[in-house]
Amino acid sequence: MELLSFGDKGWGDELFIATLMTIAVAITAMLIGFLFALIFTPLKLSKYKILNLISNFYTTVVRGVPELLVIYLFFFGGSGAIMYVAQIFGYYDYIEINAFLTGAISIGIISGAYSTEVFRGAIQSIDKGQFEACHVLGLKKYIFFFKVIMPQMLRLAIPNLSNVWQITLKDTSLISVTGLVEIMRQSYIAAGSTRDPLLFYSVAAVLYLLLTYLSMKLINRLERNYSRGY
Amino acid sequence: MDFDLIITSFPKLLSATLITLKLLSASLCFGMILGLFFAILRLNKNKLISGFAYVYSYVFRGTPLLVQIFIIYFGLGQIEYLRTTFLWVILKEPYWCAIIAFSLNTGAYTSEILRSAFQTIKPGIIEAGNSLGLNKLIIFTKIQVPIAIKQSLPAYGNEIILMLKGTSLASTVTLMDITGVAKFIISTTFRPIEVFIIAGSIYLFITFLVHNLIKYLEKKYKYQ
Repeated sequence: MELLSFGDKGWGDELFIATLMTIAVAITAMLIGFLFALIFTPLKLSKYKILNLISNFYTTVVRGVPELLVIYLFFFGGSGAIMYVAQIFGYYDYIEINAFLTGAISIGIISGAYSTEVFRGAIQSIDKGQFEACHVLGLKKYIFFFKVIMPQMLRLAIPNLSNVWQITLKDTSLISVTGLVEIMRQSYIAAGSTRDPLLFYSVAAVLYLLLTYLSMKLINRLERNYSRGY
Repeated sequence: MDFDLIITSFPKLLSATLITLKLLSASLCFGMILGLFFAILRLNKNKLISGFAYVYSYVFRGTPLLVQIFIIYFGLGQIEYLRTTFLWVILKEPYWCAIIAFSLNTGAYTSEILRSAFQTIKPGIIEAGNSLGLNKLIIFTKIQVPIAIKQSLPAYGNEIILMLKGTSLASTVTLMDITGVAKFIISTTFRPIEVFIIAGSIYLFITFLVHNLIKYLEKKYKYQ
């Protein structure tokens, strides 16, 4: 038990900070994912075939390729790509993007593909009459989107978004391969230096379970809030 | 774009595909058995038994696959007692550890899929079997299982694809599957984009095949 105590001898405080890091990466990745979904969902629903094609390409590729491969692409290729762009603008020094950003962006791109599908499904299941009604009332497009479509869409999307959140949270464990010290990486370090992998990986499992359990509780409350009146 | 690298690394990645497919098929087989077993336990009227099955699926669905592999590969070897039993022959091999972890993981998801499929079977169908005087085993194997398989095909197709992506984690315990080889080539040549394109297309191709197979099966077993 001493190994898990807070303070110099134990790994408790390190694991606590690592848990916060996991939460931070997961939330950042989820938000980046929303950003991607915000771009690609309209493309998916657009009238133009070419835009549909671009969006479908994104969701199919990202959902069909292992997360680890995407992370390796960004981990090894990320700074190279940025340096290439920088060189065009005449900046020749070595640029390194930090592990947090690399991880959050790569997981965010993955979670964005799932979010896009969720939002598409939610918008498509809104009654057609609503769109027509707004058209008849002559509402401006953005009012119509933010005041009519968005609230209904969120109600339909939240249960599925909670699945996306769970996937994203679990995917953050893969960022440990880039060296970012989150739960998995910290357990790896602790297991290596104490030669007690069973204990530390079990603790990691418990921490992840705790995170998924707590976030489920929170999301259920949110879900009740948005489905008032139904 | 370095086309020479694409041409030279393609055969390497293709031969690694064999390991990925082996891992995938083995864990799907074992996972199906586990899933069926735990789905039946889950539907048991005894609270203790169904609770046990619930905890199994909750734990394996609530923790990352990476943690599960690490516990089995690095963690179990730490128990002195295990090293003396015959289990050690299996547990010292990363290949089998990966298969055990994948099977337990996909078993948890499969049990949920099958459970919901069993629960959607209308009670009238089972009552009809009862009134015909069929015994419980025949009702289960000849009526409930075929209907449950039909019901769960789309969800199980997704699970196969998730598992295919899951096998990439085998590379973290030194196995040279597609992702393992891809990482090796990337870290020696520093050409991530080219390698990503090939490895990604191999995965996408397998996904495409699985997707179409499930689509075909769904059509074949559709209700008339």
